[in-house]
Amino acid sequence: MSERTVSLKVTRYRPGQDSTPTAQSYEVAYPDDWVVLDALNFIKDHVDGTLSFRWSCRMGVCGSCGMMVNGEPRLTCSAFLREFDSQEIRIEPLAHFPVIRDLVIDMSGFLDKLKSVSPWIIRDTEKDPSEGEYLQSPKQLDAYHPFTACINCLLCYSACPIFGLETDFIGPAALALAHRYNEDSRDQGSAARWNAINDHNGAWQCTFVGECSVVCPKSVDPAAAIQRLKVDTAKQWVRSVLLPWGQK
Amino acid sequence: MNHRKTLEPMWWGLFSAGGVVAAFLIPIHIVLLGLAIPLGWLPGSAEIFQSWIVRLYLFVLISLPLYHWAHRFSFTMSDLGLRPIRKPLAILCYGSAIAGTVVTAWVLLRI
Repeated sequence: MSERTVSLKVTRYRPGQDSTPTAQSYEVAYPDDWVVLDALNFIKDHVDGTLSFRWSCRMGVCGSCGMMVNGEPRLTCSAFLREFDSQEIRIEPLAHFPVIRDLVIDMSGFLDKLKSVSPWIIRDTEKDPSEGEYLQSPKQLDAYHPFTACINCLLCYSACPIFGLETDFIGPAALALAHRYNEDSRDQGSAARWNAINDHNGAWQCTFVGECSVVCPKSVDPAAAIQRLKVDTAKQWVRSVLLPWGQK
Repeated sequence: MNHRKTLEPMWWGLFSAGGVVAAFLIPIHIVLLGLAIPLGWLPGSAEIFQSWIVRLYLFVLISLPLYHWAHRFSFTMSDLGLRPIRKPLAILCYGSAIAGTVVTAWVLLRI
């Protein structure tokens, strides 16, 4: 297999050693079927063992290896080196997040936001298992299924200019998951998610730029989910004003 | 569950309705009042403005897009760097839309 060479310009930040992030270049010879993550692992194993980055499955399922590749948020396990024309590829940590070390970002803020929308099925009462499953029609499944594919890779947060300006924004993935569970016919927890969604830092912060949906590697379309949440929330708001006695 | 925690659903609802009016009604309105009647394709007279339905239509046509502007302009200015004065900016924008609505109603009532 023919090999070409590329220079990876990787952002380094070692706390206690570097005061600010710096860029370090590594020359890598690569076969045609290598992705950016293969090159980073090559560097880690053979050139510089101090380089830190997250990865796990290597097949676009775990959502760990998101990084900025030439300024765009990508899963490095699915970004083939051969698709870049340039002799140099910039690899940086995901934009808009605090950096822990090198290419490793701090995702604790996102995990708190995720928890705030209770992304799980909430029931008022549980059926006894002997009564069988909660059945759904194909139509009921279609209502939420497109939003179930999120792998929490955070590419949508790096692509979102609003999140870049306002880090308190609950963000595309968390809102898409809120919508996913609100739309699930087995769920009865939309009231528990209401406060997080109907907040200035919830759905209302979104101005429908739509880049979240462009970069999503699983085609989740968080932008559509957020607009649907806005419509649902506005309708409920009108209902609460017109029929105030109807509120629990 | 406190459904009235924030007024943002109302502002967004007005923004959204204003967008629909601006996109669908204004082009038709321009064709009717800007081309069809002046060029004689359709008969027209100032008498139609005496109709309450026409006045209601004009009220919707003029006022709702003001809220569309207010919402879009306030968010765009925030994104362009005026985030620190987001609240006074919102008051100025939505306030202007409310003022425009009052003036529209006043003018239409006096026709």
